[in-house]
Amino acid sequence: MSVQLLTYVFVALSFGLYIAIAIWSRSSSTNEFYIAGGHVHPIANGAATAADWMSAASFLSMAGIIAFEGADGARYLMGWTGGYVLLALCLAPYLRKFAKFTVPDFVGDRYYSRTARLVAVVCVIFISFTYIAGQMRGVGIVFSRFLEVDINVGVFIGMAIVFFYAVMGGMKGITYTQVAQYCVLIFAYLIPAIFISIMLTDNPFPMLGFGSTMNDGSGVFLLDKLDGLTSDLGMAAFTEGSKSTIDMFFITAALMAGTAGLPHVIVRFFTVPRVRDARISAGYALIFIALLYTTAPAVAAFARINIIQNIDGIAYSEAPAWFGKWEESGLLAWMDKNEDGRIQYRGGTAFSPTTPIFAEAIGQSGQRQLLNAATASENELYIDRDIIVLAHPEIASLPNWVVALVAAGGLAAALSTAAGLLLVISSAISHDLLKMSFRPQITEQQELRIARISAALAIAIAGIFGIYPPGFVAEVVAFAFGLAAASFFPVILLGIFSTRMNKEGAIAGMMTGLIFTFSYIVYFKFIDPVSNHAENWWFGISPEGIGALGMVFNFVVSSVVSKFTPAPPQAIQDLVQSIRIPRKD
Amino acid sequence: MDTNKNAYWQANLRLMLGLLSIWFIVSFGFGILLFDYLNQFKFYGWKLGFWFSQQGAIYFFVLLIFIYVWQMNRLDRRFGVEEE
Repeated sequence: MSVQLLTYVFVALSFGLYIAIAIWSRSSSTNEFYIAGGHVHPIANGAATAADWMSAASFLSMAGIIAFEGADGARYLMGWTGGYVLLALCLAPYLRKFAKFTVPDFVGDRYYSRTARLVAVVCVIFISFTYIAGQMRGVGIVFSRFLEVDINVGVFIGMAIVFFYAVMGGMKGITYTQVAQYCVLIFAYLIPAIFISIMLTDNPFPMLGFGSTMNDGSGVFLLDKLDGLTSDLGMAAFTEGSKSTIDMFFITAALMAGTAGLPHVIVRFFTVPRVRDARISAGYALIFIALLYTTAPAVAAFARINIIQNIDGIAYSEAPAWFGKWEESGLLAWMDKNEDGRIQYRGGTAFSPTTPIFAEAIGQSGQRQLLNAATASENELYIDRDIIVLAHPEIASLPNWVVALVAAGGLAAALSTAAGLLLVISSAISHDLLKMSFRPQITEQQELRIARISAALAIAIAGIFGIYPPGFVAEVVAFAFGLAAASFFPVILLGIFSTRMNKEGAIAGMMTGLIFTFSYIVYFKFIDPVSNHAENWWFGISPEGIGALGMVFNFVVSSVVSKFTPAPPQAIQDLVQSIRIPRKD
Repeated sequence: MDTNKNAYWQANLRLMLGLLSIWFIVSFGFGILLFDYLNQFKFYGWKLGFWFSQQGAIYFFVLLIFIYVWQMNRLDRRFGVEEE
C-alpha cells in the first residue's frame, strides 16, 4: 500500500479510537468537566500528563532542533524534564491537598484577592493561546504533507475531533483520550528510532545506540563520526555547544520553572484522588516523558548522519523521492550555487533571507528556483527543522507503514496538547471569570453549559490561528515559558512555602515578573529585532531565557513588599498549614 | 501548628532540599556549568558532559522523584499524617 493510503488508515483508526473513548466518558457535572471527578488512577494520570505535555513541539520539532544544534539542544531536554522534579517535590502534592479546580483558584484563594485571580486568568489565557497556535501549525504540516489535503481542511478535521471529545467529555473525556494518544505517539516515536538505531549501530535501544560504534565495520563511535563529518563540512562539531554558558543556564532554568508553572500541566494534578497519588503520578508522567526525551537526542544524531550521508554530494536528479516531496511543500530548498547539479550541504546559511522564497520557474536540474540572494558560504541546502522527525523514516528508507505511523503520532501529540489547553481556557472563563468573580449566582448546570460554550469558542479561535498562522508563532513561544516562570511559579511556590507571603507581595511580585519579562521579549523580538544579539542582552541572557531573571525579580520584590505590609489573615495562614499535611483535618 | 506537624514539615523540607541539590548538580552543574570540563572524559561513546546534558540528567530526574515518593510515604506514616 502507498504511504498516503496507509496514513489515511492509521489516522482514521486512531481518530475512531479517540471518538469512541469520548462517547464512553462523557461528563455530567462541573467536577467531572474540570477535574474528571478527581478519580483518575495515578498511572493513567501520568500517561495523560505526558500526552498533555508532549506537544507538536516535543514530537515534531525537538529532535530536529537538536539534529541541527547538537549540544545546545540540551536546554530543551533538561528544561522540559527537570521541571517535573520541581512539580513533584514543590507543587503537585500541595495543590492536590488544596483541592480546587484551577490555577487562578489557588492564586485567588491563597492571596484572598480578586485582583490576583484576574491577573492569573489573563496569564492563563495568554499562555494557553500562544501554545495552541503552535499545535495547529503541527496539525497543518502533517495533513498537508502526508494526506495531501489542503492545510485548511486538515485544521477543520482536527478542530472537529477536538471539539467532539473536549466539549462532550471535558477533563474526563480528555484524560482517557490522552492515555490513548500517549500510546499512539510513543509507539510512533520509538518504532522508527529503534529501526534506525539497528540500521546504524545494531543496538535496538536508540538511547544506547547513539553512544555505540557504527556497524559499518569502521569501529568508530557514532558521535565521533558525526563530530568528524560536521567539522569536515565546516559546521559546528555536533557535541560542542555554541551558546554561552550563562545563556544555556538561564534558558534551561526558564524552561524548568516555566514547565512547573504551566497551568495545563498543574491542573492535571487536581484529577487524582489523594496527595500521595499526586506525588507518584508526577513520577509516572516523567517516566513516560523520559521515554521520548531520551530517544530524541538519539534520533537527532541519527538523522544528522543520515542527511549528510544521503544528500551531500548527490546529484539533484538522483536525490531520493522524499527530497522532492518536501521541496514541493516548501520546507526544503536547494540553490545550485556552483551550478554543478549536485547538492552541497555545508556550514552556514545557504541564502538570504534564510527561509526560501520560491519563484515559479524550474531550474536546470528540475529544482524549484529561488528568489533569495546567494550567500558567500558553500552551503546550498535549506531544511526546515520541523520536518526531521517526519522525514527521517523516509530518509532511512523504512517501510511505508512506519512513515504512516509517525504521521498519526504527530497528530496525537498536537491534538492531545491542544485539548488540554482548551480545557484550561474554558475553565478560566466559566469558572474563574464568571462563577468566582463576576456571576457567583449561576448554577452548576449553567456553569457547565458556559464551560462547553467557551471550549467551543476557544476551538474556533485556535482554528483561525491554524488557518491564518500568525507569522510570529515561533517568536512568542518564549513568551509562554518566560511568563509562566516569571509569574505563576514564584507565586505558587511562595504561597505554599511561606505563611507570611501576603497579597500585596504576591501581586507586586507577579506584576514585576510579568512586566519585566514581557517588555524584554517584546523589545528584542518586535520593537528592535535587529539588535537581538548577545552583546546587547542583559548579562548575555537571550529573550528565551529572560523569564528566569524575571522569576528572580519576582521572588525579590514579593519578599521585600510582604515584609513591609500586614501579614495575611489567620484563616489564610491556617489554609497554608493545612495544605502542607496530607491527612484531611 | 502542633509540634508533630512541625517536625513532619521540617523533615519534609530537609528531604526536598537534599534532593533538589542533586537535581541542581546533575543538570545545571554537570550538564551546563561543568559541560566543557567533563567533556574531556569519555563515557562509553559519549563525552561525559554531553551525556549528562542529553541523557544522564533525565535519568536522575526520574530517580529523584521516585526516591521522594518513597521517602515521603515513609514520613507520612512515621508522623501519622497519611491519608486514610
